[in-house]
Amino acid sequence: MEESMLKIDGVSKTYRLGQIGGTTLREELQRRRAKRRGLEDPTRKIGARSHADGEVFTALDNVSLEVKKGERVGLIGHNGAGKSTLLKLITRITAPSAGRIYLNGRVASMLEVGTGFHGELTGRENIYMNGAILGMTKKEIDAKIEDIIDFSEVRQFIDTPVKRYSSGMYVKLAFSVAAHLNSEIMIMDEVLAVGDMAFQNKCIEKMVDVSKAEGRTVLYVSHNMSTIRQLCKRVVVLSHGKVVYDGDVEEGIGVYSGMNLSGDWKIDYQRHPELRWSCGQVVRIRSVEFVNQSYFQVASSKIRMRIRWQSERHVDNVCLRVEVKKPDRTIIGTACGFGINAREDELGEEATFVLDSSGLVPGGYTSNYILFTTDSLGSNTTLDCVRGLDFELVGSDSGFIWNPVNWGHIRFPDLVLE
Amino acid sequence: MNQTQKYKTVITSEHKLFDLHLKETLQYRDLIFLFVKRDFTTKYKQTVLGPLWALIQPLLTTVVFTIVFGNLANLTTADVEGDYVVPGFLFYMIGNVCWSYFSSTLNSTSSTFLSNRGIMGKVYYPRLVSPIATAFSRLITFGIQFALFLAVWAFFLIRGGTSIRLSPMPLLLPLLLLQMMVLSVGCGTIISAATTKYRDLSMLVDFGLQLWQYACPIAYGLQLVPARWTGLYMLNPVTPIITTFRYAVFGFGYFDLGYYLISWGVSIAVFVTGLVLFSRIERTFMDTI
Repeated sequence: MEESMLKIDGVSKTYRLGQIGGTTLREELQRRRAKRRGLEDPTRKIGARSHADGEVFTALDNVSLEVKKGERVGLIGHNGAGKSTLLKLITRITAPSAGRIYLNGRVASMLEVGTGFHGELTGRENIYMNGAILGMTKKEIDAKIEDIIDFSEVRQFIDTPVKRYSSGMYVKLAFSVAAHLNSEIMIMDEVLAVGDMAFQNKCIEKMVDVSKAEGRTVLYVSHNMSTIRQLCKRVVVLSHGKVVYDGDVEEGIGVYSGMNLSGDWKIDYQRHPELRWSCGQVVRIRSVEFVNQSYFQVASSKIRMRIRWQSERHVDNVCLRVEVKKPDRTIIGTACGFGINAREDELGEEATFVLDSSGLVPGGYTSNYILFTTDSLGSNTTLDCVRGLDFELVGSDSGFIWNPVNWGHIRFPDLVLE
Repeated sequence: MNQTQKYKTVITSEHKLFDLHLKETLQYRDLIFLFVKRDFTTKYKQTVLGPLWALIQPLLTTVVFTIVFGNLANLTTADVEGDYVVPGFLFYMIGNVCWSYFSSTLNSTSSTFLSNRGIMGKVYYPRLVSPIATAFSRLITFGIQFALFLAVWAFFLIRGGTSIRLSPMPLLLPLLLLQMMVLSVGCGTIISAATTKYRDLSMLVDFGLQLWQYACPIAYGLQLVPARWTGLYMLNPVTPIITTFRYAVFGFGYFDLGYYLISWGVSIAVFVTGLVLFSRIERTFMDTI
């Protein structure tokens, strides 16, 4: 059996809701006196929701996880899912409320760019400083310093105070120290985002390398799925403080992407004004829905959508634009519909459009709907734009598995042999 | 599940009262050294006079003390009645050098959590490293200032303004220094633990230290204190340190073993309380600060 490097056993972390800290002794005494007399808390802001004792926010809820030696695990989840809290517990920045974390070796963490760098010290001095903070002894750093400087690509500036460094140089140096550390567990939290593409790739290769060659365990948090794919062999998806998926990378990213889809098949914008951008003065989209469909999963390549709108006055030649996006909101493509004449009508009008998605490969998608007009010179004026329906295209059996990471989300018609 | 496997580190929600991470702190001694070096080298960056400031400060204070308390107020500088009296300048200087070590160490250790929250919120190292490093980096300043005092003293000796008396008391100097360190770090860590919740205390530190200084025989000799109040006065743990320090340096003055031991007792009690509070707070202070 492989050696286990990190075991998280039923760990929870709770925070007290309401105002904590930042309180003065006087306020505390006032509060105590009021409590004794059964009065209302005098220090509470008027109108603020009162938080009774014991009302807590659970950032992590009974999380259990085991990571083996040499594994590269990606930790993904939306904001507030508990990723950073979990890392803070593993790196001992704060203590858990319940449960235990077992570590088998030193932890090198990089939760932010240049942690522990002091602006007045030179790059070289900061390497020693940072190494020592991360738990290395001077002797260990002495042995590695040349490798660190080489890897960081900032040899030219190594004896310059780091306050004169660019942020890219900063992160290069910081990463180099962490990567060369004699630690058994390496924790990275989105630090690579600052470096340029070439350096990012170099870092990921280095991490893969150290985990393969030296058997070091890597725990990586990112919202950038392509780096997760490059680096990790396993992903853990967190949602609302719980582990919802643990296993294969592609499947995990699928689970995570799916969480961003709303699952609605109809949106009424009068009830969801937050889905509307700030236009819609003349013509307003009132609702959109899938036709002949009560679930957001669509199997057919013709997606029928009914759109209702209401107009203040008569507008000719209104066009509709449907922008299809990936769940991470990168655009895939756009379809336009022409020839609507919006009339002034209390009740509003509706039309049904058909989106031909035959080129689109199976997966989860999201969309925006924009109503606009074009003038004779071809320039556009936006009338209204809303966040549209999410849908999941269910694949038909095409004989082989499409790889959207490398092949993209559009499948052109098959090549014709001549 | 592999229950038989031994793990090197266990992080739990429970906390033992005397779990002070002392052994781990010792493993980070390279970091303590680097922090000391960083504190010292970065302190005087972008100043024209650099480390000379460490010399100017006690000299100017001593001059002011000599004028105000010596010449204008004409306060006695004798610790024991009828004893030989050192020149006022030397008297005020040694008192100020000691006090400035004590007060600056206390002051900066008391803001350990507040001033280091940036780095402490991002990476773990034994938190105790910070106050310890502070105490040592202040010790360098103390060393420079004490050397300056010795030079001034030598000047007075050559000029014939004072005399030297031999005694075994200078052997106490390292012990006295250690005590100053222990007491100031103890007070500082208690305050630092409390300031994570109550910021008021950080306001009190500056002001409190100013008042405390006047409760110590620095601007005046012990002789000034009425005999019936001496017992109470000596309970201030800093007082025996200062008087004994002067005795150890000059070779005469006031020394009472009883009060000195009480002062040590208080120092150790404060230190241990500080460590216990500190290690209790350090686990979760990031959540409240």
